[in-house]
Amino acid sequence: MDCQTYREGSLMAGAAAVLHGTADHAARFESKAATREPGLVKWGLIAISLSFFAFFLLLPLIAVFVEAFRKGWETYFNALLDPDAISAIKLTLLAAAISVPLNLVFGVAAAWSITKFDFRGKHFLITLIDLPFSVSPVVSGLIYVLVFGAQGWFGPWLSDNDVKVIFAVPGIVLATVFVTFPFVARELIPLMEAQGKEEEEAAVVLGAKGWQTFWHVTLPNIKWGLMYGVILCNARAMGEFGAVSVVSGHIRGYTNTMPLHVEILYNEYQFAAAFAVASVLALLAIVTLVIKVWVERQAGKAATVSEDE
Amino acid sequence: MASSTSFRVLPGFGLSLGYTLGYLSLIVLIPLAAVFFKAGSLGFDHFWAAATSPRVLASYRLSFGASLIAAGINAVFGLMLAWVLVRYSFPGKRLVDALVDLPFALPTAVAGIALTALYAKNGWIGSLLEPLGIKVAFTPLGVLVALVFIGLPFVVRTVQPILEDLDTEYEEAAVSLGASRWQAFRYVVFPTLFPALLTGFALAFARAVGEYGSVIFIAGNIPMVSEITPLMIITKLEQYDYAGATAVAVVMLIFSFLLLLIINGLQAWTAKRTGRAR
Repeated sequence: MDCQTYREGSLMAGAAAVLHGTADHAARFESKAATREPGLVKWGLIAISLSFFAFFLLLPLIAVFVEAFRKGWETYFNALLDPDAISAIKLTLLAAAISVPLNLVFGVAAAWSITKFDFRGKHFLITLIDLPFSVSPVVSGLIYVLVFGAQGWFGPWLSDNDVKVIFAVPGIVLATVFVTFPFVARELIPLMEAQGKEEEEAAVVLGAKGWQTFWHVTLPNIKWGLMYGVILCNARAMGEFGAVSVVSGHIRGYTNTMPLHVEILYNEYQFAAAFAVASVLALLAIVTLVIKVWVERQAGKAATVSEDE
Repeated sequence: MASSTSFRVLPGFGLSLGYTLGYLSLIVLIPLAAVFFKAGSLGFDHFWAAATSPRVLASYRLSFGASLIAAGINAVFGLMLAWVLVRYSFPGKRLVDALVDLPFALPTAVAGIALTALYAKNGWIGSLLEPLGIKVAFTPLGVLVALVFIGLPFVVRTVQPILEDLDTEYEEAAVSLGASRWQAFRYVVFPTLFPALLTGFALAFARAVGEYGSVIFIAGNIPMVSEITPLMIITKLEQYDYAGATAVAVVMLIFSFLLLLIINGLQAWTAKRTGRAR
């Protein structure tokens, strides 16, 4: 049963990548005649799928860096050191620095309540947590305009009190929180479901306090899953475009995040500068993927160690 | 442990569930409800007129059509890529495996301008297609290219774990009973993969319909030709037509909720199928 819910849970996370082991399975299949294809079929399939991979994934990534340096290093650094670019970088970091911890705390609380206790409507709650993944980014932005915008629910009250949410920094942070909402929860729920609650129950029976149990028993078990969720959450927070675009109002030097700055430069035909800023975001994506692979490997090691015990 | 509802060993149930529900309501549920309240205040005629104007209808056709085709392309090549990554060893495999997640990690705006640069007339790929008379950038075909990019990891990452867990015994049994390699795939492996493949297809489709950032740069955004539905919401907002934007958003939301239900059903089916296969 546990195994089945885990599988179901991990598939539900479809919208985010799911932590899975990195063991190489090829040897198992290639060593047996029954599960091996003739060389021609094998290399044919590899050639087709790798060409597809190259055209759709690899080339766009390379193009970002080639275009960024097309006009030389000087243009590149000027684009990054431009005051508008620097304020965009700062706002992007701020939005991530607020939304990632908020959704981290939420993810842990949600996973704790869902996996350690039995209550009615659990599956419905998981579906609700998933909602932001299935909402178009543009709609995610729109809902906050309808709540906090000039014509929205709180619009008149906000303008009476001289508080700006839409076309201002709070709106950008809110939209970022929304689009990154499920990441950590989605990673932790299947993981903690699979681990069960025996270890925590043993700790409590032996006299540990609730927080002690969490810090010393739960956290070490979930740290890799937690980190995995956090890096994916962070990548999305820094890269979000559609939702942030709706609530930003594109005020230069004030409400522009890095992706929005890329758009502005691109629409002004400053291609080299646009790609220079884009290359920083692409670098962030590469770093995210490297950490992700590393976390997978660590989690794989931890799993083998606990199996050996 | 039937008594677990009346007797709980672990602390923190009220706190963690209360926090979860409160935060969920504040960030997700109440703002989402705002769209439906706003739509309700429009009156049906106004709503219908805004949601079915000719330009919006053209955008539905493009968004849903291109998303379906893109998800189909991803199902074919995603399955192939997952197969190659699980079954074969070849140089550079780890790099390919890691980069499959690129569309999850790369900001959509960056993907959008990179694809546009590649597929434009003077781009690396566009200049090869130009003599053949194929124009990709600034046409509906460009929308398709962006949606294929964005959807690929969904198929690969749902099919891959199922392929990895597959025991070799089933295929060995099939072969020992006289099946060809193709028959073993068609009648033994594929039925096991099918629910996961369909789930990956549905996830890629759902993501593609709502996608904005990677599409708008390459689409050209020509009214009635290459405008996607999310762009219609933005266009209406820029004209301060909040009612119109809300109407289109409600159509998209209802569609994504339906798709979410279907995907949940598909996942339950996958779990059942693979559970039995074990």
